[in-house]
Amino acid sequence: MDNGLKKFSRSQLVVPLFSLFLLIVFNLIRDVGFFSVIVTTNNEGNTVLSGNLISILNGASELAIIAIGMTLVTASSGGQDISVGAAAAIAGSVFVRVLRENQITMPIILAAFLAGCVVAIIFGSFNGTLVAAFKIQPMIATLILFTAGRPIAYWINGGATPTVSSSLLNYIGSFIPGIPIPTPIIIVIIFGVLVSLVLRFTNLRLYTQAVGINERSARLTGINAAGIKLLSFMILGVCVAISGSIGVSRIGLINHETLLLDIEMDAILAVAIGGNSLGGGKFSLTGSVIGAYIIQALTITLYAMKVSSTAVKAYKAIVIIAIVIISSPIVKEYALRLRGRLLGKPKEVTENQ
Amino acid sequence: MISRNFSAAISGGKREPISNTGLLLSITICTFIGMYVLAMLIWGGGFLNPQQFLDIFNNNAFLIVISCGLTVVMIAGGIDISVGGITALVTMACVVYLDDHGGSVIGSMGLALGIGAAFGLVQGILISYLDIQPFIVTLAGMFFAKGMTTIVSVAPRTAVHEAFVAFKQFRIVIPGIGSFGKSGNFIPAKIEIGVIAAIAVVLAVTAILKWTRFGRNLYAVGGNKQSALMLGINVKRTKFYSHLLSGFLAGIGGYVYLLHTGAGNASNATAAEMQAIASAIIGGTLLTGGVGNAIGTLFGVLSLKNINNIVIASGLREPYWQSITTGLILCFFILLQSVVLALRGKGSFNQQLPEWLKFRDKEDSKDLTS
Amino acid sequence: MQEGIVLSMHRICKAFPGVRALQNVDFTLRKGEIHALMGENGAGKSTLIKVLTGVYPKDSGQVYISGINREITVKSPQEAQNLGISTVYQEIMLCPNLTVAENMFIGRGNYRFVNWRSMEEKATEILTKLNIPVRATQQLVACSLAVQQMVAIARSVDMDCKVLILDEPTSSLDESEVAKLFSLMRELKSRGVGIIFITHFLEQAYEISDRITVLRNGELVGEFEVEKLPRIELVTKMMGKALDDISELQNRKASNINTDTAPVFEASGLSSAGGARTFDFKIHKGEVNGFTGLLGSGRSESVRAIFGADKITGGSVKVEGKNVRITKPKDAMKHGIGYLPEDRKQDGIVEDLSVRENILLALQVMKGFFRPFSKAEAEAFADEYIRLLGIKTASADTPIKSLSGGNQQKAILARWLLTNPKYLILDEPTRGIDVGTKVEIQKLVLKLAEEGVSVTFISSEIEEMLRTCSRLIVMRDRKIVGELTGDDMTQLKIMHTIAGEAAQNG
Repeated sequence: MDNGLKKFSRSQLVVPLFSLFLLIVFNLIRDVGFFSVIVTTNNEGNTVLSGNLISILNGASELAIIAIGMTLVTASSGGQDISVGAAAAIAGSVFVRVLRENQITMPIILAAFLAGCVVAIIFGSFNGTLVAAFKIQPMIATLILFTAGRPIAYWINGGATPTVSSSLLNYIGSFIPGIPIPTPIIIVIIFGVLVSLVLRFTNLRLYTQAVGINERSARLTGINAAGIKLLSFMILGVCVAISGSIGVSRIGLINHETLLLDIEMDAILAVAIGGNSLGGGKFSLTGSVIGAYIIQALTITLYAMKVSSTAVKAYKAIVIIAIVIISSPIVKEYALRLRGRLLGKPKEVTENQ
Repeated sequence: MISRNFSAAISGGKREPISNTGLLLSITICTFIGMYVLAMLIWGGGFLNPQQFLDIFNNNAFLIVISCGLTVVMIAGGIDISVGGITALVTMACVVYLDDHGGSVIGSMGLALGIGAAFGLVQGILISYLDIQPFIVTLAGMFFAKGMTTIVSVAPRTAVHEAFVAFKQFRIVIPGIGSFGKSGNFIPAKIEIGVIAAIAVVLAVTAILKWTRFGRNLYAVGGNKQSALMLGINVKRTKFYSHLLSGFLAGIGGYVYLLHTGAGNASNATAAEMQAIASAIIGGTLLTGGVGNAIGTLFGVLSLKNINNIVIASGLREPYWQSITTGLILCFFILLQSVVLALRGKGSFNQQLPEWLKFRDKEDSKDLTS
Repeated sequence: MQEGIVLSMHRICKAFPGVRALQNVDFTLRKGEIHALMGENGAGKSTLIKVLTGVYPKDSGQVYISGINREITVKSPQEAQNLGISTVYQEIMLCPNLTVAENMFIGRGNYRFVNWRSMEEKATEILTKLNIPVRATQQLVACSLAVQQMVAIARSVDMDCKVLILDEPTSSLDESEVAKLFSLMRELKSRGVGIIFITHFLEQAYEISDRITVLRNGELVGEFEVEKLPRIELVTKMMGKALDDISELQNRKASNINTDTAPVFEASGLSSAGGARTFDFKIHKGEVNGFTGLLGSGRSESVRAIFGADKITGGSVKVEGKNVRITKPKDAMKHGIGYLPEDRKQDGIVEDLSVRENILLALQVMKGFFRPFSKAEAEAFADEYIRLLGIKTASADTPIKSLSGGNQQKAILARWLLTNPKYLILDEPTRGIDVGTKVEIQKLVLKLAEEGVSVTFISSEIEEMLRTCSRLIVMRDRKIVGELTGDDMTQLKIMHTIAGEAAQNG
């Protein structure tokens, strides 16, 4: 038990979980009923759940999915993909384009989603090739698509922001009749289970970590390092396509300028808040997902405190800086030394560094 | 082979092989000149008008300034993505100060520089002394700046302060250059005050990078952090000053932006940080650090913006074409750099170090050497 | 302190967890002398230097330097430099993207602005005075390694260093470059600089140095004048009691090599982009052969080519008589080849992964991406090999980076043994690990050979090669220049073959 506690205290999830805990406590003190879930009936006459907790879980769906892919890219390549927002806009545009040209039925939605997936994977492969084969830093390589991505999305739908309306699409974006939980939350759960199955039944984690920690060693034990990097960008492509499709389904239209705007920044933050090193190597997907919910919880909290939606960023920045300062090794070491001096304990920390 | 002959030709009489900095710089300058000359030959018209050329400067003076800041940070192996946000914050804060608080023009300049320097100071401390990843710190800086902008004022504001408006509308006429209007009258070419500031910044940063101890330390730190440390350079202080300078220049950039548009707006300079990074890369700065200079960055901005004129001239008037071509040109330069450096076999400066001298922060050194 | 002595270290002790790296070591350096510091890997040479330059704090003992009348404590390399102790490493600590002149002057003195002309003039002056063949305006990256090293030395000299430490400066230089470096060292000597010269090459130590200090297992063996110390005596002093182990091992070298069947591995005309020039090579079942030659002679490059670690540019390969294609490490692994790389830190371990994951990595890769080992299987395999090789680790979950060098090496060895290879390539498996583990690894190699595994063994220590190998392939300048078997395998013969014609001149 003591051993388990010790292990946990060294785990990278401590800071993110603690931050989430603080946020929750802060909200409960501010308003005891903050997290209460209410059962209501929505416009379509479905019985649904609502409340701040639900909107946090629901609103963070796209971010959580992209954060998973971003974690893999970060772990394998030691860099970040800043084109995910743009790529999501492209995938969303393809999704809408296919839907517009067909009678919307469930198979067509699936086909449209798959088309978006394929396109997103192709763009992911483009980024991945630049990174893996040309050895260009991920941030720089993805700067290209970051710049050109949203215009390409605009061009896919002939320079318009078309709407698609269908009750089927609504099922994906909001609720399926009879199920009170918002569909995006269900999608995140399904995707999370899928990803953990993939991690369980393949060596994705081992290979990705090995490549991220020491690419040369990984190669000499027979791992196709370039292939793993490429794969991580392709997986991110899938994540982006899912998020893009959810985003489109929520509002029933594609706006290439605003769909998942700035999500690349939030996704990178989620990875960092989750305790993952942005330099690659060992990773925790759970951490990143928690990071995503922290960001969303923070946003909802700020809204609840009547902070205007545009000013939220400033407060978010302060919290982020606080979190990274707490988890900075230098600060940690200093804190431990301070504790050691106060309690008069011999320092044993430096040994582990 | 080509690159070797080429470099021999550039360096002229000297037997010194051209440095990476020099080679990438000359490629950029040649590309820009070639592009412009071709545009003049093919489309003529606007490209023959000196004012159109000068308008690239007029419209993008602020971008030149903040790109110089990024160049400094990138040479030291860092990154700063808060510059766009700072620019927006400065425009808004200055307008509110001038109009609502009865500020003076000089005071507003001081405010702009102060905001920039404050951001640089805090970010610099966090990055160099607390060893936090520059990307995260400056990302937070960007969020903070953008958020603060809307806290200062949600609605866009246009400056009405008389002295400021007069100052903003001041134009410098370039004697002897100009074009003829429809009625045959001579219209002299003009530049805005911001352009003077931008040129001054480019020259100052060039001088700092070439002739000061701090400037050379930047190259050393970006080239090989461990070596720099062993050579007795204060790596942390150098990184700190690079971020301070970048923040300061973002302050100037914000004021230059305000001089151009005269309005404070939260959406000012959106994505400018990415354009600045792109400009620095096109100008021959390596994100891995150790290579680059401000003149190159100037040409980077000019190339990037000239593309827009060319795209419009070639009939692709929809705005999305500009972004797509910007992406393509960026792709071209990134691949070019990668290929040129690989051919020269000097792409990465990752000399092997004894293990016991390696830094603890694996993330950083990885960024530098990979 | 006595007249004429620039540096003296008294009874220096330094211990690391579990290892006594230095025990009561004395060291004295006189003015204008070149003093070779010798010893086998792990003897404590580098620890002594690191204590002197402030990389490690010493546990006890005193250090004195001329000009300062009290004991000194060096806390950092920079402080050492200020005291006049400069070190030039084999891996050059300069900035490749700056010019030669800048590298000589950056980070020194008090200035705000750079006066390029005066800096370049000063640099040129020093470079001509020291006869270093480089222009001050050249970019450092465009210079050869030898010249870069000389620039580093020039920098130290201009900083008025009293003590110049050259840490294996010649290991990556060719003969003419070594000659240039030596003339520079003599020049400095005549100026009164005390030089500590760390080297593995006996010839070089005898050629240039005045005195030799020998360390063994962290203890001082003695300080000797070069003229009074015959080579064979130096070798025995360096090897010390390890001689017992040698005789024991040598007896067991009886070979059960089967040359009737097709060789386990055969390459003809193999070459790689990594620097292996066209070479032929074969190895039989149960044979232990060695590649020898100086660092940079192409021995590592050749075995990398065999394993497909570098891009293969030509040649054909047969495994057990069948033509196969090996273009990447995984191909080689599929044909039963294992490769323990020379650079353990860079190419071997995956630092943050656990010992278990490191051991299992190669076998896991061979099993396939979609077929991970179950937790129980993984634990069983790892525990078995941790026990078998006696890897000292807190648990199998410990990150491998927190193990000692020898135990890391054993884990990497376990990684390849686990794949049950037919042919195992060990490139410097004993470098930088303690003597006990060294002997264990040597014994293991012989045991593997008995079991029918073919082994290629590479080591900088010729004695070690003689002990384990039944056939030696000698390389020079990236070419195979000789093959020695049986009675031909003597140190002298190897030295002559390595040196080639140069042996007669010298």
